[in-house]
Amino acid sequence: MYQQFKARADGVSAEVYRFDTKTAVLEFVRQFLLEEGVADRRGFYSLWAKGSFLNGMDRQTLPAIPGLKFEVTRELAADARIGISQMHWALADTGTLVQDSTAIEQRLVSSLSSIHIAIAPTAGILPDMPTLLATVNPKKCAYLAMITGPSRTADIERVLTIGVHGPERLIILFCDELGGAG
Amino acid sequence: MGTEFKEAIHEAVNNANLTGALGKFSEAYKVNRAKAYEGIDFEELRGRIAELKSFAASHLEELSAQFEQNATALGAKVFRTCDPAMVREYILQVARDNNVKTVVKSKSMATEEIHLNAYLEKAGISVGETDLGEWIIQLAGQTPSHMVLPAIHMTKEEVSDLFSKEVNERLNSDIPRLVKVARERLRPMFLAADMGISGGNIAVAETGSIVLMTNEGNARLVTSLPRIHVALVGIEKLIASYADIAPILKALPRSATAQLLTSYVSIITGPTPNTDGSMKDLHIILMDNRRSEMAADPKFKQALQCIRCASCLNVCQVFRLVGGHVFGKVYTGGIGTILTAWFDELKKSEDIQSLCIQCGNCKEVCPGKIDIPDLIMEIRRRLVQEQGLPLLQKAIYSVVNNRRLFHTMLRAASLAGKPFTSGKFLRHLPLFLADLTDNRSLPAIAAEPFRDLFKKIRQPECTEKAVFYAGCLIDFAYPEMGAALIKILNRAGIEVVFPEEQTCCGAPARYSGAYEVAAGNAIDNIKALLSVDAQYVVSACPTCTVALSHEFISTFESLGQTEWLPQARELAAKTVDFSTLVKKLVDEGRLSLKEGRQLGRITYHDSCHLKRTLHVAEQPRELLGKAGYELTEMFECDTCCGMAGSYSIKMPEISTPILRRKLQNIKDTGASLVAMDCPGCVMQIRGGFDQDDSDIKVRHTVELLAEQLED
Repeated sequence: MYQQFKARADGVSAEVYRFDTKTAVLEFVRQFLLEEGVADRRGFYSLWAKGSFLNGMDRQTLPAIPGLKFEVTRELAADARIGISQMHWALADTGTLVQDSTAIEQRLVSSLSSIHIAIAPTAGILPDMPTLLATVNPKKCAYLAMITGPSRTADIERVLTIGVHGPERLIILFCDELGGAG
Repeated sequence: MGTEFKEAIHEAVNNANLTGALGKFSEAYKVNRAKAYEGIDFEELRGRIAELKSFAASHLEELSAQFEQNATALGAKVFRTCDPAMVREYILQVARDNNVKTVVKSKSMATEEIHLNAYLEKAGISVGETDLGEWIIQLAGQTPSHMVLPAIHMTKEEVSDLFSKEVNERLNSDIPRLVKVARERLRPMFLAADMGISGGNIAVAETGSIVLMTNEGNARLVTSLPRIHVALVGIEKLIASYADIAPILKALPRSATAQLLTSYVSIITGPTPNTDGSMKDLHIILMDNRRSEMAADPKFKQALQCIRCASCLNVCQVFRLVGGHVFGKVYTGGIGTILTAWFDELKKSEDIQSLCIQCGNCKEVCPGKIDIPDLIMEIRRRLVQEQGLPLLQKAIYSVVNNRRLFHTMLRAASLAGKPFTSGKFLRHLPLFLADLTDNRSLPAIAAEPFRDLFKKIRQPECTEKAVFYAGCLIDFAYPEMGAALIKILNRAGIEVVFPEEQTCCGAPARYSGAYEVAAGNAIDNIKALLSVDAQYVVSACPTCTVALSHEFISTFESLGQTEWLPQARELAAKTVDFSTLVKKLVDEGRLSLKEGRQLGRITYHDSCHLKRTLHVAEQPRELLGKAGYELTEMFECDTCCGMAGSYSIKMPEISTPILRRKLQNIKDTGASLVAMDCPGCVMQIRGGFDQDDSDIKVRHTVELLAEQLED
């Protein structure tokens, strides 16, 4: 299912990677933030929203990059270049990421920043939409968000253009070590 | 037809930007849509959608109440109303109660329907559309021309002019740069807005959820950043269960924009936290505005199965020529015509319903399985019922309904047409009829109609009989097609009978909404065609075949007339189109075509009624192939030629470019011969080539096959 997901997500201009361990994911993120020039000034922040990936992790092991922040506010999110958040599921047949986004910070980092890094459990890949709808209990998930590729429009002369109101890049990092979400 | 409407058509078909953009889009859409549906059983999928939406349409009151109960239990405020004015007042009241100064909106046709923006602006509230297309038309002071792509009628140059004014900087027409400008300009609006207004693609009664789909990500911001969220949902968006979301999410993006899924889908089930820790003030408005009335109408209930994908616009031959604005200010295209007749008023659809050429393309692709052309016909019927026919048409149909007078006049026309005839064509017609021959020569009325020719044809002794229904065109313009049919059937041992009392099939009257006239024609024909005991009733005109096999029945049903229904059904069961019958005879070994012939290249034009109502496409191709023709398919082989009965007379400005496109597609194949199964299409296309002085031959399949019979 991972291969199917990757093919579909590639098809909508997402960038998909897969790692065995959380350590490998952290290393990728560290490198990526450095390359993208994340810094402690407006427009260059990187915000990392809460999630099981971060839970219980020794802060010492997290990348020490000025501008990388673990508190998410509306003001900081508006000035962030990169948002990092954790997804709960993925749909193989459309290359879609799915998150219980009820907590507002989850939506802030993934909708306001220019680049969205989405970490997802490889075990969370579901075959399709009907499976997802049978898995999620909407009464316990007030805001179910699905993301398929970066923000796009074709409203001017039907020319596909990436990055209107949402992120212009979507980087998906699957991690085998993260247990299935649920 | 109003002068203003005629002018709008004239302006649109002469707007090269518009027709160019829409033409390219429709071509790309067809290919991309097919790709998006690869591996999916579309018929099964749309069957499920039609079923679940139809169930919802039958239970609007229950589902609304259930939705209200569930959403309210979660903390949302649900407001249900029939009245658009109440919707506007409610939203303004919420805004005033909360001291709202600015509103950001994601795309919502329901808000367009009730002209919400103007109302709020008048009350001093600033309203910003955030969907890029909607923002463009808001800046331009226009209305959407397409449900999914509201600014499809505008060029990048026009957009750059608008944006330049807005940001006070001279911008060029680089599209990525323009998109960036929109992002930068709208971002502070999102962050500052006190209220977000959205529509709803789906509303789930079981859970009180609303589903929002966007590609740009604006609905996520509209529903997340402002402290108040108002969702305006038409009650036709209700579905019963959460699991029912899946088939709609599967079809809507594929049909709308040929995507597997939109970039963003949000399912909102109750209020969520705001950034300041408070809970969202979530208002969901369930708006009726005549939707329940529609659900109670046995004919129009199915229109509520619409999921607003706009594929009926994308495949419409007329839409791609005139664009959306000719249709009106809110809902456009095929389904838009129907929604305008209901949500606005029947009278408003008077002009726009006449745009429909009845080619049936939209019916084929509708994921809600709505018979859009049939519903437009029903609008026509009701308009005629309410207002009566225009005088000229009334005069014509009173003649058509009197078989003897009609046929006498057609014979007379054969003489009267003489001064304008050149060879086999009428090249010029006097005065107001001149439009008819502007781009196409009409056939001269035959000196000897088929009904006279028939008496002279000697047929061999046969064991089986077929009744031939000629239809007006073969009878009075192309009798040779009828003679060819007799030759073929005789060879298979079938005697052809021609009951003289047969008359016009009623299609012209029906397509003008004059169902009473059509019913009169139907009765005359039923009497005539069932007067002989025969195995088949065969016709070489698909429009006539459809009349005999489908429309006599539905005309009676629409009028609530039951007397002739059993006979109409008996006739329908016997009726067969020419190619299907001949293919069957060849397959049964009763008829052979000459073997091993090499007759050269040919291309085939699919007639609308044959392909999309009778579902016949392979039979004529196989027969022509067997006869020795080498088939080269033309681009858009099954796209209408623009004839469509009297459409070419009523709408020459639209019919002509459709014909021109067809002629070009035929020429592009390089074939010197084009075949088709419909005398109406022959008349249109042959007339077009005659005007062009082209030597491409236009023939009915019946004539070509008659030349290739094994002795």
